[in-house]
Amino acid sequence: MNDRTTLLGPRGRIAMFLVLAVLLVSVPALNQWVPPGSPFHLPDHAVPLVGKYVCYALLALSLDLVWGLAGVLSLGHGAFFALGGYAMGMYLMRQIGDRGVYGNPELPDFMVFLNWSELPWYWQGFDQFPFALVMVALVPGILAFVFGWFAFRSRITGVYLSIISQAMTYALMLAFFRNDMGFGGNNGLTDFKDLLGYPLQAMETRIGLYVASVLALGIGLWLSIRIANAPLGRLLIAIRDAESRARFLGHRVLAAKLFVWTLSAMMAGVAGALYVPQVGIINPSEFSPANSIEVAIWVAVGGRGTLIGAPIGAFIVNGTKSWFTGLFPELWLLGLGTLFVAVTLFLPKGVIGTLIELRLRRAGPALAATNLEPEHAGA
Amino acid sequence: MPAPDVLPADTLLYVDGVTVDFDGFKALNSLSLYLGKGELRTIIGPNGAGKTTMMDVITGKTRPTSGTVLYEGSVDLTRKAEEEIARLGIGRKFQKPTVFEALSVRDNLELASLGGQKLGVLLTMRTKEETRERIDTVLETIGLAGRRAVLAGSLSHGEKQWLEIGMLLIQDPKLILLDEPVAGMTDADTEKTAELILRLKGQHTVVVVEHDMHFVETLAAKTTVLHEGRVLAEGSVAAVRADPTVIEVYLGRS
Ligand SMILES: Nc1ncnc2c1ncn2[C@@H]1O[C@H](COP(=O)(O)OP(=O)(O)OP(=O)(O)O)[C@@H](O)[C@H]1O
Ligand SMILES: [Mg+2]
Repeated sequence: MNDRTTLLGPRGRIAMFLVLAVLLVSVPALNQWVPPGSPFHLPDHAVPLVGKYVCYALLALSLDLVWGLAGVLSLGHGAFFALGGYAMGMYLMRQIGDRGVYGNPELPDFMVFLNWSELPWYWQGFDQFPFALVMVALVPGILAFVFGWFAFRSRITGVYLSIISQAMTYALMLAFFRNDMGFGGNNGLTDFKDLLGYPLQAMETRIGLYVASVLALGIGLWLSIRIANAPLGRLLIAIRDAESRARFLGHRVLAAKLFVWTLSAMMAGVAGALYVPQVGIINPSEFSPANSIEVAIWVAVGGRGTLIGAPIGAFIVNGTKSWFTGLFPELWLLGLGTLFVAVTLFLPKGVIGTLIELRLRRAGPALAATNLEPEHAGA
Repeated sequence: MPAPDVLPADTLLYVDGVTVDFDGFKALNSLSLYLGKGELRTIIGPNGAGKTTMMDVITGKTRPTSGTVLYEGSVDLTRKAEEEIARLGIGRKFQKPTVFEALSVRDNLELASLGGQKLGVLLTMRTKEETRERIDTVLETIGLAGRRAVLAGSLSHGEKQWLEIGMLLIQDPKLILLDEPVAGMTDADTEKTAELILRLKGQHTVVVVEHDMHFVETLAAKTTVLHEGRVLAEGSVAAVRADPTVIEVYLGRS
């Protein structure tokens, strides 16, 4: 169980932020400054596509924070992502104003269609961007806190926790499908016009959203690595491997789990909020249990517990998906299944986990544990 | 043993008529015993006598069907959660060594020293000077100073046991419970463990459950013999060894 793969050395961390910087600059540069005729030009539609992957990367990271570090395999993280997305979608709906089909300045089209006369209470405030931003993190955070409180306090772990997290996202999907919930039912929220006054179709807005997504991913990585390197990170690993032992040492296991779990859900919510304006729609299918399972596959492919592996896994799987569905649209699920089985069989630690392992093996066992020491050794 | 009105002044722990009933099977059957402050106590008894179950009750892992466990005269441990009991100063080493294999020896000790800390403290990056010194002292005591950076998963069996004892020591508990600390150890390692435990005597109250009679003799402490969930005999190792009922149910068979 020698799995000191969670943490990068200081050099690895610099490399990671360099890659992020390249990601941040190259996509806008290749789109804006390289002329359309050039083979290096990135077409307009590709910017939100890469932006979407970056949101998935942040979602994957949020899952690895709880699964890789604390051993809590959530198969319901798609729900936190979707809730963040809906919170942003509600703001975008309010931004439409009287430009909808029915021209009602207060009510979104679907409410007019349902003959509603006024905005439900839970839609109040969403016309204010700062309020919506807070809700993007707060709504998933509160749900996660309540869910986690009951689940962790009752010591529900392992496969049982995975199952109830699936049930949670499934229940939310059914609820959001209902028209009378007030979230647009089946169709969800769409036909967005602009964000903070900037039209969503404009390239400047798209690039702005892209940049915001990469920055969010960078902050997410910084925060996750910071936690992993603090004693809390080592406590979470301890809880993952021997929870009751950690409890006997007097550690507040419930508080520690609840903290990362809630933080992770908020991170997933932010990812969802950045995703929605880039894809232009949010509907109940985002809650579907299969989506959440897919996130776990991204993390497994990238390397569970490595933190940087999760975003990389998200890029690998979704990149493959875009390429593969272009060739054989019907066969994607089969392709995904094959990829998952192949990684499980040949790279059980995922791409990054395997790379780190190889490096450690080359450096010899003595170095295995000093990986971390510069942080706090001092001795 | 009827409950006395006044406990001896130096009593740290008083197990009073504890019964643990697993669906009709009494793992502990109205068990009573005292532990004095700073005392070293060895506990022996055949397999299934209830030794581990007794530790489970003291540490809150198992709730007794009846009876109380009084700690420091007034705290009833049977009403406390495991974490609270640990924070009250009761540390336990399990029968099966459980160190955190994915963490280094030093990190295992650090994590143990931070037991009971608030989240804010756990998020601080700098290790306090005082904590660092304590880690070094304990590393010396358990003889693992040269192995501090090694992953606990790659330690030998004996080393894991010492690390686990170290993880208890760093919390500076009043009561240390050791369940079969030398099981599976080489003779040399057993010897070192006995020295380690004898060094703890006086500073901590230590309870050692062990089958290895040679080891129990080396410790030369007051010994309690458990059998079928109750105390069969109690006294010096020599007295217990000479007790005919003890010979019959336990020693005679080996
Ligand atoms: N959770 C449980 N449910 C049912 N029976 C149990 C449970 N835990 C322990 N027992 C039984 O209680 C009895 C006492 O077990 P315990 O582990 O306390 O013995 P022990 O004295 O530690 O033995 P050993 O020397 O083998 O470690 C055993 O017969 C065991 O099978
Ligand atoms: Mg036992």
